[in-house]
Amino acid sequence: MNEYADLLIVGAGPAGMAAALAAAPSGARIVMLDDNPLAGGQIWRDGPQASVPVQARQLRERLQSHRNIRHHPGTRVIANPGPKQLLVEDDEHGWLISYDKLILCTGARELLLPFPGWTLPGVTGAGGLQALIKAGLSVQDQRVVIAGSGPLLLASAATAKKHGANMQCIAEQASLKAVAGFATQLPRWPNKLLQSFTLFDRHYRTGTHVLAALGSDRLEAVRLHQQGKIVELACDRLACGFGLIPNVQLGQALGYALEGQALAVDAWQASRVDHYAAGECTGFGGSELALVEGAIAGHAAVGDFEAARQLWPRRARWQGFAKALNRAFALDPRLKSLARPDTLVCRCEDVPHGALAGHTNWRSAKLASRCGMGACQGRVCGGAVQHLFGWQPSAPRPPFCPARIETLMSLDDTPPAP
Amino acid sequence: MPELMLDGHALRVAEGTSVAAALALGGDGCTRTSVSGRRRAPLCGMGICQECRVTIDGRRRLACQTLCRDGMQVETRP
Ligand SMILES: Cc1cc2nc3c(=O)[nH]c(=O)nc-3n(C[C@H](O)[C@H](O)[C@H](O)COP(=O)(O)OP(=O)(O)OC[C@H]3O[C@@H](n4cnc5c(N)ncnc54)[C@H](O)[C@@H]3O)c2cc1C
Ligand code: FES
Repeated sequence: MNEYADLLIVGAGPAGMAAALAAAPSGARIVMLDDNPLAGGQIWRDGPQASVPVQARQLRERLQSHRNIRHHPGTRVIANPGPKQLLVEDDEHGWLISYDKLILCTGARELLLPFPGWTLPGVTGAGGLQALIKAGLSVQDQRVVIAGSGPLLLASAATAKKHGANMQCIAEQASLKAVAGFATQLPRWPNKLLQSFTLFDRHYRTGTHVLAALGSDRLEAVRLHQQGKIVELACDRLACGFGLIPNVQLGQALGYALEGQALAVDAWQASRVDHYAAGECTGFGGSELALVEGAIAGHAAVGDFEAARQLWPRRARWQGFAKALNRAFALDPRLKSLARPDTLVCRCEDVPHGALAGHTNWRSAKLASRCGMGACQGRVCGGAVQHLFGWQPSAPRPPFCPARIETLMSLDDTPPAP
Repeated sequence: MPELMLDGHALRVAEGTSVAAALALGGDGCTRTSVSGRRRAPLCGMGICQECRVTIDGRRRLACQTLCRDGMQVETRP
């Protein structure tokens, strides 16, 4: 037996939750799925070392109070076997979901750029370290360096410090001028988590970027380019992320158009007939923008255009914030030359940077070197080569992530009991 | 508090701990061996990079998106 949804929502972060809640009063049969154990997305993560804010708990309670919303946690999309149909899988089963309307709220991931030593144990993404700590990783008394770009560095540093890390440096690649200009604009968007944004953390260094992670079997130190000087810091962990890139692969596979690196949408958050997108898969902008976009998409998907329209001014306001953010943290072109010929670009297939030289597009590089053909399906190296060489990754082919044979054969297509 | 086996060693962890975090609490945090033979550890922490693939009760799963459960058997070596 397959499952049917009037409205299927992929991703249960702020955008997906807001979309489900906006659509629920219509009585539509709503199914929301997400690959994490609990709703909340990247920003609201639970764990033994994390408690989500009241706003997130209330959203979860409201979701549960609607009997027409069904949430499948720990569930990922494997394939699109037919029109308006997705094959999905959780820990136990694989099954088919048919839908009338779809809203993609697949969020964003970190841009991880290759540099010498980045495959050493001890090196993580910046948001990656934060997520691991929330899930119980101990950093007590460990020497931590955070590097890359964007406000996520400070959020990650705050989490690490709260859990006893010995912070060595927060290295922001953007210039002091760019970051200070952004900081002075922050009062225009009050109540923002970023109000805690401070240039006065004594470990915060602008105009500073990573050159290499050093160590033999695991990370021992990091080499930084700090405002013209080269410095080396001994450390146990390096958390390095260069901002966020939208998760567009599923959208691409379903025929959504792209605008730059994000899914293209109209004023109703629609990308094509009956197919919507909201939140950071349509561009990086923070949780407030994700919430309002999700609500617009949810209202529009069930035909309540008036309610959707009323949210347009709020969306425009947070789009202004997103623009200021993206401008301030634009990446320095020097970051494109961190990798050396032997630096691995594809961590799944161990393809070095040198193997990509001479290719002019993603397809030819992929076929010749296996770059992007491994388990992550190019979700790490695809973002990197797009940044490094400007190669646009092609739409992925199913299976979109490693799946069990039984799922692929759709042998067991019964949805799990509620 | 669930107790699980990590490469044959027992470890008790707080409720809600991910397998990725447990591997670091109970050992060196590594999850797999790369195709060229180097040990690797979780990178993205959020289900994207697949560096944290481990064998959990006989199935390949992502350590960063799997919560520890009592009696779980986790293996990080092929
Ligand atoms: C690692 C990380 C840490 C962050 N930390 C902060 C922070 O501390 N503070 C802050 O203000 N902002 C933070 N952000 C920014 C944050 O992304 C936004 O503020 C907000 O969470 C965006 O909401 P969203 O609903 O668009 O996407 P997300 O919150 O990213 O939610 C998308 C959800 O969809 C799931 N998903 C994606 N694709 C699929 C699929 N194919 N199948 C099933 N599920 C899928 C994802 O796992 C995720 O749960 C962080 C971002 C990242 C990437
Ligand atoms: S750490 Fe990247 S998928 Fe788990």
